Amino acid sequence: MRANCWNGAHDLRVETVPDPQILNPRDAIIRITSTAICGSDLHLYNGYIPTMMKGDILGHEFMGEVVEVGPGVSNLKVGDRVVNPFPIACGACFFCQATEFSLCENSNPNAWMAEKLWGHSPAGLFGYSHMLGGYAGGQAEYARIPFADVGPIKIPEHLSDDQVLFLSDVFPTGYMAAENCSIRPGDTVAVWGCGPVGLFAIASAGILGAERVIAIDRLPERLRLAREQCKAETLNYEEVDVLEALREMTGGRGPDACIDAVGMEAHGHGLFATYDKLKQSLRLQTDRPTALREAMLACRNGGTLSIPGVYGGFLDKVPFGSIVNKALTVKSGQTHVQRYLRPLLDLIEQGRIDPSFIISHHMALEDAPEGFALFRDKQDECTKIVLKPGMEGGRKSSPSPERPGERLH
Amino acid sequence: MATEPAQGRTSESRRARFPDEATERMTYERAEREGFVERLPASMREADPARALGWLSIGLGVAALAAAGPLSRAIGLPGRTTLIRLVGLRELASGAGLLTQRKRAPWLWSRVAGDAMDLALLGTGTRSINPLRGRTFGAIATVAAVATADVAAALRERAREGSIPRTRADEPLIEESMSVARSPQECYAFWRDVANLPKFIKLLKSVTAIDDRRSHWVIEGPRGVRLEWGAEITVDRPGERLAWHSMSGSPVTHAGVVRFDAAPGGRGTLVRVMMHYQPPAGHVGSGLAKLLGTDARSLAREDLRRFKSLMETGEIPTTRGQPSGRRSVLGRAMSARGGATEGAQT
Repeated sequence: MRANCWNGAHDLRVETVPDPQILNPRDAIIRITSTAICGSDLHLYNGYIPTMMKGDILGHEFMGEVVEVGPGVSNLKVGDRVVNPFPIACGACFFCQATEFSLCENSNPNAWMAEKLWGHSPAGLFGYSHMLGGYAGGQAEYARIPFADVGPIKIPEHLSDDQVLFLSDVFPTGYMAAENCSIRPGDTVAVWGCGPVGLFAIASAGILGAERVIAIDRLPERLRLAREQCKAETLNYEEVDVLEALREMTGGRGPDACIDAVGMEAHGHGLFATYDKLKQSLRLQTDRPTALREAMLACRNGGTLSIPGVYGGFLDKVPFGSIVNKALTVKSGQTHVQRYLRPLLDLIEQGRIDPSFIISHHMALEDAPEGFALFRDKQDECTKIVLKPGMEGGRKSSPSPERPGERLH
Repeated sequence: MATEPAQGRTSESRRARFPDEATERMTYERAEREGFVERLPASMREADPARALGWLSIGLGVAALAAAGPLSRAIGLPGRTTLIRLVGLRELASGAGLLTQRKRAPWLWSRVAGDAMDLALLGTGTRSINPLRGRTFGAIATVAAVATADVAAALRERAREGSIPRTRADEPLIEESMSVARSPQECYAFWRDVANLPKFIKLLKSVTAIDDRRSHWVIEGPRGVRLEWGAEITVDRPGERLAWHSMSGSPVTHAGVVRFDAAPGGRGTLVRVMMHYQPPAGHVGSGLAKLLGTDARSLAREDLRRFKSLMETGEIPTTRGQPSGRRSVLGRAMSARGGATEGAQT
């Protein structure tokens, strides 16, 4: 089969690799019909996640048709159309029983690696480094799904791939981020980052009853989506001082909850941003916590800081004192996707949300490397790329000019 | 500022559950005393003169460096402080080698050579012009006595070199624990069926039951290491505890105990394992010793993790056999051992 393989930072190649096989009784194999590039894939692309190996197949947002099931899978049959959650969960351990699926104790064969870095290991993930399991990902024609009796959800025929694909990650991730804000009537929620996760967090905060949602980004097309599709007020951090603006908009108190949907490779400007960029490129720190710092400082006393953005390791100059002295509640975690599949599919079926609004590009799986460059550089108003296996390559909707390095501002 | 009211209660209940655990490290001696294992290998009871000599070296080295003047007078060679300091450095090196290195015979022989040097040095002080020659003769007698002990220890060490690692009774056992979301009875039953052991203990090739208590164990390691021995269950309390040890005359001295304690709040079972391996003499044994000695605890941990996965999910997570793009040379090497996956630690 064809698969998008990591060969080093900024070096992806679509290669011909062996087809996946059933390795355990509870495995299934699916033929992938749609697979997306996630913002967190950019951390792999840019080389900031350790324990990647040349040849690793990327991709953790995918759906398709079941073509084979192991003897231990009784709830799926060949031909079922399913969306697959990005964390792998056994359904039986302490955490799965508590519906904290992304903390599954039985799905990471390399748990010892994660234990060295973080103390304990979370669940294994598809296509996201050996520290998190080393599982082959879904930017491919086929994928093997471990614990297939727990993860994948069957999709009714009348819903299109584009409508349901994001149940695999970004929709539940944004939703859990909003749910973690424990929103009460009258609350104001501020969201840093209007990428796919940020947009779904904004939309979900509205669904969960937030009075106001304030969206922060620098890209006009993303701010427009936040405004027009998710009914948010917007701030462009290149035009206004965000802390000042938030104070003013909330009568001096600050937002009741702040969501950092940016993560470890924040842009931003000013002295700190330059400092972070330098330290990260010298490998003196693993993450650039620009958005996180601002969210901590902006949040009202006793408010909630919700962090769906991915951080990997060690952060510098984090104003931790604001957590203690302002009595903030911090909530984070990889998304317990399995917990949200059914309720969010219901929302889609009821027509309360159509997640396909974030898609800017459909491209062939063969063009995945170009897609990554486009998404990283945020060219061509790129907000979300859906890759289609089997689609003829070279037919992307617009060219992506090669840009050296990353923009600082 | 904040106090922790739950603290006292937690540690109390913990103490109640593991009365023997709170203060004392688990050692072989203790395990034997408390009846977890029922036989302490004879080699563990032996005194260890090489170790004592190592500490003697360290002490002498420190004294020679710190008090070269007084020492030079004490041995009747006043003023030879630079030489004394050099001797001190040599002693520190021998001591460090003896106390830290696995092969100790060369370090003991280095001590013997040092003794010869010292005797030669002292010999220069025995001429009649030395008014302190009485002290020098005393020092010569002392060094000669130590040299005798060094030679004896070196010969003894050469005889056991490459055979048995120097396990001592106060050395800690391999000890690991894991929480498993199954009842103690279920965990016990799976473990009690000895044929299941190779499913999660990676080193084991097979275990075959001979009768209700006795079984035959086979290990296959890298580089053709293969060992087999008979083992016997010594403690069998259904749903609570199992202990076993290798039968006398086995090439491997192995003993272990596993406890299945109900976890608080209905959270399944705390499985706690304590184990000891003493590999046999010779090439095969040193291969196994290397295998176990490097990181026996990590091995035990991964074994317990596999036990947990089997109990909870009926399978062991794996990526072995999945597709990938072209690997680097290193990547291919790791995949051949089972990937970064599972391989690196086992």
